[in-house]
Amino acid sequence: MAAESGKIDPMHQFEIAPISNGGFEIAGQAITFTNSALWMLLTLVAVWVFMQGGMKRELVPGRWQLMVEGFTGFIDDMMTANIGAEGRKYAPYVFSLFMFILFANILGLIPIGVVGGHPFTVTSHLTITGVLAIVSFSIVLIVGFARHGLHFFSLFVPHGTPLPMIPFIFVVELLSFLVRPFSLGLRLFVAMTAGHILLKVLAGFVINSTNAGIGYGLLVGLPSLTLMVGISALEILVAVVQAYVFALLTSLYINDAVNLH
Amino acid sequence: MPQIDQIMTTYGSQLFWLVITFGLIYFVIGRSMFPKIQGTVDQRKAKIAGDIAAAKAAHARADEIEEEYRVAHARARDAALAVTAEAKAKGAREAEAKVRAADNGIATQLADAEAAIAAQQTAALAEIEAVAVEAAQDIVARLTPAKITKPQVNRAVKGALADA
Repeated sequence: MAAESGKIDPMHQFEIAPISNGGFEIAGQAITFTNSALWMLLTLVAVWVFMQGGMKRELVPGRWQLMVEGFTGFIDDMMTANIGAEGRKYAPYVFSLFMFILFANILGLIPIGVVGGHPFTVTSHLTITGVLAIVSFSIVLIVGFARHGLHFFSLFVPHGTPLPMIPFIFVVELLSFLVRPFSLGLRLFVAMTAGHILLKVLAGFVINSTNAGIGYGLLVGLPSLTLMVGISALEILVAVVQAYVFALLTSLYINDAVNLH
Repeated sequence: MPQIDQIMTTYGSQLFWLVITFGLIYFVIGRSMFPKIQGTVDQRKAKIAGDIAAAKAAHARADEIEEEYRVAHARARDAALAVTAEAKAKGAREAEAKVRAADNGIATQLADAEAAIAAQQTAALAEIEAVAVEAAQDIVARLTPAKITKPQVNRAVKGALADA
């Protein structure tokens, strides 16, 4: 598509295309092995390989084991700090979430385009981030109602609210609670999409300006390339921060469900 | 934006693969590997805490032993001091006794000597008296024709000696 029109389409990287023929249908949806599925599997494999380093379970850890234990300890500490001792129960889910998002984000940034590959960022799709957010939100709802029953609604009335303000505050708090899954899913999706579009647009500047002549290449292409280097570094940071934010917010929401206020 | 343009045609496929991959990550990694790694970390923490506790206990035991040693040392020193003090006292007592015995010996010798001196003095005095009596008798006999008897001379000499 991009080659046909002679210009670079920054959105092309987000397109999902089947890799293999065949597949089957479930409820009218064609299930095929797509590039998205490939990168999800790569994420799974990468996380699994990384975690193997932690399975040596030596008393004195090596570098790799220490790295894995750093990740598990990070999530473990976060859950304990935000929820308390009970938080460890939810740590496996938050850890899975964190590792999946982190590795998917970072794998999508690997510049295999240089050798003709097409990296695909799983987390740049609203379908994926939305489902993860809905799963997190469902856990909050299930835990909240299972533990507190209808008393869970007291979450929407903060302590010390004056009586006449309660209906108003309740509505506001309920709305902010209901917006959570959307903000959670959209935040990751938008951050990933925006960063990748920006990188592609700048890459397009470099290619098109250089094709237009060496003068344009030096005038436009070179600054764009410099900017791309900086933004690539920023994107790595964003990849880590977004995974952290997703896990952190999930832990905070679970804390609401477990401890109310 | 393909994410939204394609959403109706691809969501099933994406969901299907997400359930598989995230499910595997959750059950294999989150549920199975993560607790094991946590366990390793906890075990290590427990081991370190245990080792530190053992080291502290050993340290306390060492302190105890040192204290015991110190007490034993002090006791031994006290005992040694007592023994030396006793020995010193005994030595002093013995020396005193010896000195006293020697004193006694010296005193008896002195008394004997004094007695001997006194005896000799009396003997000498008696001899002087006898000599004086004879001399006085001779002198009187040569100078005067008067005859005097020995008891008279004796009395006179005794009186003169007593006056002297």
